[in-house]
Amino acid sequence: MSRRQFALPGRDRPEPPDDTGCTVLHVDMDAFFASASLLAHPDLVGTPVIIGGSGGRGVVLSATYEARRFGVASAMPMGRARRLCPTATVLAPDHRLYSRISDAVMATLATFTPAVEPLSVDEAFLDVAGSIRRLGSPAAIAQAIRDAIVDEQGITCSIGVAPTKFVAKLASNLAKPDGLVVVPVEEVVPFVQQLPVAALWGVGDKTEEVLTRLGLRTVADIAHTPLDTLKRGLGEAAGDHLHALAWGRDPRRVEAVAREKSIGADMTFEYDVDDAAWIHRRLLQLSDKVAARMRAAEMMGRTVSIKVRFADFTTITRSRTLRDPTDTSRVVYDAAKDLFDALGLQRARIRLVGVRMEKLVPTEQAPIQGLLDEPDHGWRDADLAVDRASARFGAGSVRPASLLDR
Amino acid sequence: MKFRVERDVLAEAVTWVARGLPNRPPVPVLAGVLIEADGEGTLTLSAFDYEVSARITVPADVAEGGTVLVLGRLLADISRNLPAKPIDVSTEGNKVQVTCGSSRFSLLAMPAAEYPTLPTSPAPSGTISGDVFTQAVAQVSIAADRGDTLPILTGVRVEIEGEKMTLLATDRYRLAMRELTWNPTESDASHVALIPARTLSETAKALGASGKVDLSLGGSAGGDGLVGFESGSRRTTSRLLDGEYPKVSSIFPTSVDSEAVVSTAELVEAVKRVALVAERNTPVRLKFTDGQLTIEAGTGDDAQASEAVESTLTGPELEIAFNPHFLLDGLGAVGTAYSRFSFTQPSRPAVLSGQAEADGEADASYRYVLMPVRFAS
Repeated sequence: MSRRQFALPGRDRPEPPDDTGCTVLHVDMDAFFASASLLAHPDLVGTPVIIGGSGGRGVVLSATYEARRFGVASAMPMGRARRLCPTATVLAPDHRLYSRISDAVMATLATFTPAVEPLSVDEAFLDVAGSIRRLGSPAAIAQAIRDAIVDEQGITCSIGVAPTKFVAKLASNLAKPDGLVVVPVEEVVPFVQQLPVAALWGVGDKTEEVLTRLGLRTVADIAHTPLDTLKRGLGEAAGDHLHALAWGRDPRRVEAVAREKSIGADMTFEYDVDDAAWIHRRLLQLSDKVAARMRAAEMMGRTVSIKVRFADFTTITRSRTLRDPTDTSRVVYDAAKDLFDALGLQRARIRLVGVRMEKLVPTEQAPIQGLLDEPDHGWRDADLAVDRASARFGAGSVRPASLLDR
Repeated sequence: MKFRVERDVLAEAVTWVARGLPNRPPVPVLAGVLIEADGEGTLTLSAFDYEVSARITVPADVAEGGTVLVLGRLLADISRNLPAKPIDVSTEGNKVQVTCGSSRFSLLAMPAAEYPTLPTSPAPSGTISGDVFTQAVAQVSIAADRGDTLPILTGVRVEIEGEKMTLLATDRYRLAMRELTWNPTESDASHVALIPARTLSETAKALGASGKVDLSLGGSAGGDGLVGFESGSRRTTSRLLDGEYPKVSSIFPTSVDSEAVVSTAELVEAVKRVALVAERNTPVRLKFTDGQLTIEAGTGDDAQASEAVESTLTGPELEIAFNPHFLLDGLGAVGTAYSRFSFTQPSRPAVLSGQAEADGEADASYRYVLMPVRFAS
């Protein structure tokens, strides 16, 4: 989901846009979690529905367009969303359903081109340059994809068709909901330059502030500012980057296999917590989850990092690189606990903790320097046994005793 | 205080004493070297950082006895850079005058009264030949842990039973053990001590050049927490590491399935070359077949290298992978023309020992146990 919304630029030309050279497609499912949840609740179609945790700290994961009309948006605290739209039905998320539909959608996309780069569960970039001869023009392929997904999954998506990733993503946003927008090659520059600066990839609140101070409000302003001035204001790399985007240049290619760079999990607490022992148990729970996902992905990681968000929303991360790569829950937890203890917190009120593994390598390429005194069967074997039990009896059927509900 | 001493004598003495001085001493006086001159013509220099103490006695023309404390590093730098002429040292008020030829230095005297008392000079528990001691410490200390996760493993374990001394160190990836004989003062001597590896190897290098080293342990070192070394005019003490050393006897394999003998120098050269393509943490793979050992490194995606050396094999063929640095440490330590590998399985520890002849017997006095690298499945 795009963080910001922009007004639809008008397209007043009657003839269909020329899609020659527009080989990059951005496919974005419409209100994915909400649409998927409604498959099981057909009676709610056409009414405002909000998907998210209903607890005190729940946030909105997704909402139907009927609810969005009231101002409900993703990542908004649930309490606020309910006040904005009191008539909405709130449904708890069903992640298993989402990942099943997501996998099916990605499989469908892969039948159109092998160059599919998934960005998250509900969006992906496609490069269809190699499929034109077989399947027709990019716009025709995009329409075929939209038809196939509606037929197979019963939910809609929007697609942006453009020469570059950046423009394709903007275009899909404009196509929402259930639409298709083509930005022809010769319209890229006027299209991009009419946008506000905040629409550019890489411009967040900070950069926007800097640009506003420089008097740059639209992308056209950036495009017509001397490159040196931009570099002075924003730094060498950011200046180059924004100047290129402002002229519709985006060197990023669609990378077919986006290798996972890190695997992590966060947990927001119901109430702010200052009990270190309790936090340790949550770190154990997260380490367990992360390590299990690493083993499922057949990856090992060497860097363990933790994230701690305090009651006042200040957030810190700390990381440590281990000697050998690991996918063992126990090893991840030991490092995470050490990192947390090293913060030396004195009853600080904590809102969220997260554990993440970085520097991932495929398991079969991960060398492990054995220890002279290691037992024949170590913690990793125990983890693998737990994985088998979980696969058979459900996740969480075997877990550390300290995580049993009391 | 007033004395005259040869430049080389002073430079060597100060350099040795000051080598272990802390960069940021917990107490300012610990950055000093204590110089004591007595009327009988000897000069004693001492340094101490509460962990390690060093003391050396050298001859000098002492005109007037006395004690003074000066910055150790500074005095070492000065004495090394003076011309090769006699050095005159004298105190004037709170200044120490150092004169050599036409060079003059005036150093501030530090408060000698505040300097801590060095551990007493202990009576020796026994004597060991200098070159054996230096070699044994070098062979073993390579396997000591350099990290700080388990402080106990940064030490070398010294075990004494009568005439038999065993030095041992491990960082849990490899273990080095050397057995030797020494001359205990009492034939039923029995000690176990854990000496910080870094201190021990520096001490062994500094003292081993002389013919013999006196070692004091236990009660004779002035308490259980200390070890003392003395050789010629040099004496040093070190605090011991405290804690329970892990049981290591079960680490040595009890059986051998395959044994290979290979020229140490040839294998070192080959491993060094092949390891150039082994990225961080990736192993070199050793494939032992009859008459030949093949060393390989690198993976299909990156650079690869291989090399073969002559070797004899008894028992089944075997392929095993090692961290190249750990392997080279062991090969560098055996100190013999040939190295013998003993294996059970590719996933179990290998034992490396030395032997003088290709078809001779293994020298069991030194053993280096190395855990292989494996790939997770």
